[in-house]
Amino acid sequence: MSVEAIPEGARASEFWRGARLSIPVVVASAPFAVLFGALAIDNGFSVAEATLMSATIYGGASQLVGIELFGHQVAPWLVVLSIFAVNFRHVLYSAAVGKRIDHWPLLKQAIGYFFLVDPQYAEAERKGENGEEVTFAWYMGLALPIYVFWLAESTLGALFGRLIPDPHAIGLDFLLPIYFLGLVMSFRKRPRWLPIVIASAAASMIAYKTVGSPWHVSIGALAGVMLAAALPVRADETVETEEAVEVVS
Amino acid sequence: MSTTLWIIFAGAVATYLTRIGGHLVISRFERIHPRVEAGLNAVPAAVLTTLVAPAALSAGPAELAALAVAVIVSLRGGLLTMFLAGAAVLIAMRHFIG
Repeated sequence: MSVEAIPEGARASEFWRGARLSIPVVVASAPFAVLFGALAIDNGFSVAEATLMSATIYGGASQLVGIELFGHQVAPWLVVLSIFAVNFRHVLYSAAVGKRIDHWPLLKQAIGYFFLVDPQYAEAERKGENGEEVTFAWYMGLALPIYVFWLAESTLGALFGRLIPDPHAIGLDFLLPIYFLGLVMSFRKRPRWLPIVIASAAASMIAYKTVGSPWHVSIGALAGVMLAAALPVRADETVETEEAVEVVS
Repeated sequence: MSTTLWIIFAGAVATYLTRIGGHLVISRFERIHPRVEAGLNAVPAAVLTTLVAPAALSAGPAELAALAVAVIVSLRGGLLTMFLAGAAVLIAMRHFIG
């Protein structure tokens, strides 16, 4: 069945069904959008650059990682590589969602993949699992409010961030490690999570003290990934992909 | 073009590649090698851990308490709850201890 065959009225109601699902996502991601904006300013971005980053990358965790490394004067290519690494999980979403939307026209597919953030993936998978068609109208009804609010709130955070007199007093400098720790914890259902975290933590701390920043990021990450690949794998493992659904990340 | 803009656009392209790449590449393979898959699965936890661990090295009591509370809350609550709890502990302890 093609999207074009659906009458106008049904398409509009599909859009609003998607939009309704976006509400909890919009609410939960708001603090992170504002935090991103404020931290971007704190790390030397302009308001326009912060907004542009939200508009083009549209991935909360990767944006926060990006500005954190940028603030530490890390080499630009390594900042980009880290953004890529944090977003790499989308490859799995993309492979899974591809089967549900490959009946869309190519341009609509290309647009759809841009908006494939964690909650977008989770809701599309849920709709597909229930045997319902994932329509373009429904998909965009879900995607657009999340995107528009993400943009607006990042800009607000950036404007507001310039007005903070003492970032240390409100903990601005240490909010990111807390947030990243939360993301680490959200992956704890994955196989071999604890050994990976221990290996990455130990390697990154040693590298931080010896080789120095920013290499501790690559070295620590590599240690965890190599360990995961080296440990024995069971055949019946499935990927947990819905851990971080409550935030745009 | 400034370095910042360069980073933003390259980051955007890299991100878009991850979002479309799974469909274009991974779905063409019948099966990914289990070790590659295990390695890919480990990427987010491994990368994110490296952003927390060194920060904890130089942390004072307020920061460590905030991280500890965040871990405990994250066992039951969602990401937002844990984030707000950790931030509240951090701000309160910095305020009272300095």
